[in-house]
Amino acid sequence: MNSFPGTGYEGKNWTEFMEGIWERNPVFVMVLGMCPTLAVTVSAINSISMGLATTFVMAASCWLVSLLRHQIPKEVRIATYIVIIATFVTVVDYAIQAISLDMYEALGAYIQLIVANCLVLGRAEAHAARNAPLPAALNGLGMGLGFTLGLVMIGGVREILGAGTLLGFSLFGANFQPWVVMVLPPGGFFVMGGWLLVFALVRARRERAAVAAQET
Amino acid sequence: MSTPLIEIRSAPHVKAPRTVEMIMRHVVWSLLPICAFYVVQYGISALASIVVVTATCLLTEKFFIRTGTQSGQLTDYSAAITGLLLALTLPPGFPLWMGAVAGLVAIVLGKAIFGGIGHNLFNPALVGRAFVQAAFPTSIATYTPSFLTGRFTEFIPSSVAWPLMIPADTVVWMQSKQLDALAGATPLAKWKFDGVMANAVELLTSLSGHMAVGPAPALVLLCGLYLALRRFMDWRIPVAILGSAALTAWLLYAVDSTRYPNPFFMLFSGGLILGAVYMATDMVTSPVTPRGMWVYGALIGLLTVVIRYYSGLPEGVMYAILLGNAASPLIERITQPLTFGRGAPGRSREGTPGYVSRTDADAAIPKKRFLRNKPKK
Repeated sequence: MNSFPGTGYEGKNWTEFMEGIWERNPVFVMVLGMCPTLAVTVSAINSISMGLATTFVMAASCWLVSLLRHQIPKEVRIATYIVIIATFVTVVDYAIQAISLDMYEALGAYIQLIVANCLVLGRAEAHAARNAPLPAALNGLGMGLGFTLGLVMIGGVREILGAGTLLGFSLFGANFQPWVVMVLPPGGFFVMGGWLLVFALVRARRERAAVAAQET
Repeated sequence: MSTPLIEIRSAPHVKAPRTVEMIMRHVVWSLLPICAFYVVQYGISALASIVVVTATCLLTEKFFIRTGTQSGQLTDYSAAITGLLLALTLPPGFPLWMGAVAGLVAIVLGKAIFGGIGHNLFNPALVGRAFVQAAFPTSIATYTPSFLTGRFTEFIPSSVAWPLMIPADTVVWMQSKQLDALAGATPLAKWKFDGVMANAVELLTSLSGHMAVGPAPALVLLCGLYLALRRFMDWRIPVAILGSAALTAWLLYAVDSTRYPNPFFMLFSGGLILGAVYMATDMVTSPVTPRGMWVYGALIGLLTVVIRYYSGLPEGVMYAILLGNAASPLIERITQPLTFGRGAPGRSREGTPGYVSRTDADAAIPKKRFLRNKPKK
């Protein structure tokens, strides 16, 4: 039953994991968790840190919620999820503070605000509470990595245009003219909208190809 | 087989070929003298700027029309107007690659995403300019003096910067021509940051001296007058904008004449004339009701003066017009003219016929009215 690619048959767990990375990407398909998406993606490294922190919180809290799903009373489930999520957010909060104080200051309140990220609560309510611990954890992990991917795609573009660097490496030399708007909040909206446009074009083209294939 | 003497048909009875293309073509023609004078003022750099920005707008428009995501055609001249107006609002020495970015953003964010001509909420040229204002605040505030010697043989060094690279510093270049940095400032910036006023004739014609304003206001007014006389543009909007700006400026001038400049300076010192005549009158983004036009113009004029006086920016026309654009659907809603034969909205006049059209009835009259005369089963 528990199968992975390369072992002969690809089963449910792999689908659970991949769902969040591509098919239902939290940033570009479900459009959830917009607050950190737009606020901290001024550079690629910020995006990676934020994404990985959220990934840990999601995987761990989905696993725990799933483990406790028969014990949690239905009436107070949301409050219980929040307490579980908040526990892991506190862990991440202190961990980042210990690893890199600079990063902690750059991300600011948005680490604590993972608690209020509707993506985490949404997966706990919609998926983890109805599935066994392993698929729930895998789904949380996949969603988290998909979220990271989305943040890096936005943060990368904003860093390249806003500072001429990627992950701190200069791409265009010292004479680069920074696009000030890209490191300001509007830049987040512009880049987010641009990526949504690209994905919409890809989807439209694929649907057209599918229709054409059906007709022939 | 004789031709009929009376032609009977339903409205509209307009005979003249007043199509969108025709109006737009006339606007382009009326812009050409302004562009020509601008090139005479600033030379080859201004010409290159106009060509690059307009070409970018046209190519972007062509791409979106080809993909079928946008209504309209390239031959309707609307992208050409956007390009020319955008080039006129940018400084003459604006780097050409930034001009191309502005043109691209103007069509993509200003027009194509709304569905093309007739669907855009904001003036595309101003959307493009607002983007580059936010992205490259230093370059867009760098003006160079007009009527420099050798302007037809030599580019302003900042305009030929490599794409994505910082443009050359014009201050050094101006020093080599024995000009101080103040010569490159616009009259508004001079007034705001240095307290220097320019004289009236210079403001109107921008002919004498090394004045660094954009297109000459007198010429813009003249070209606008042509459009207004041919009814290609509604005269109410520019009149309302200039009137409201002058009134606000005059009131403030009357209160404290040492702190605030005179109304004449306010009207002619920056892009207000160009904005009032060509930008705010864009038919798509301004109200269609006559009363709405007055409200819209008054709002823009007031906002312009307020932004110029009380914000960190020397120029406020762009944001004022964009805010006016955003408000115009609302203005249209509240200034709807009354339907002939009906009283003021909300109270139905006594003695009016029982029939009310579905759109007129809206929510004011209960739906039962429609059923009253229905035959009983």
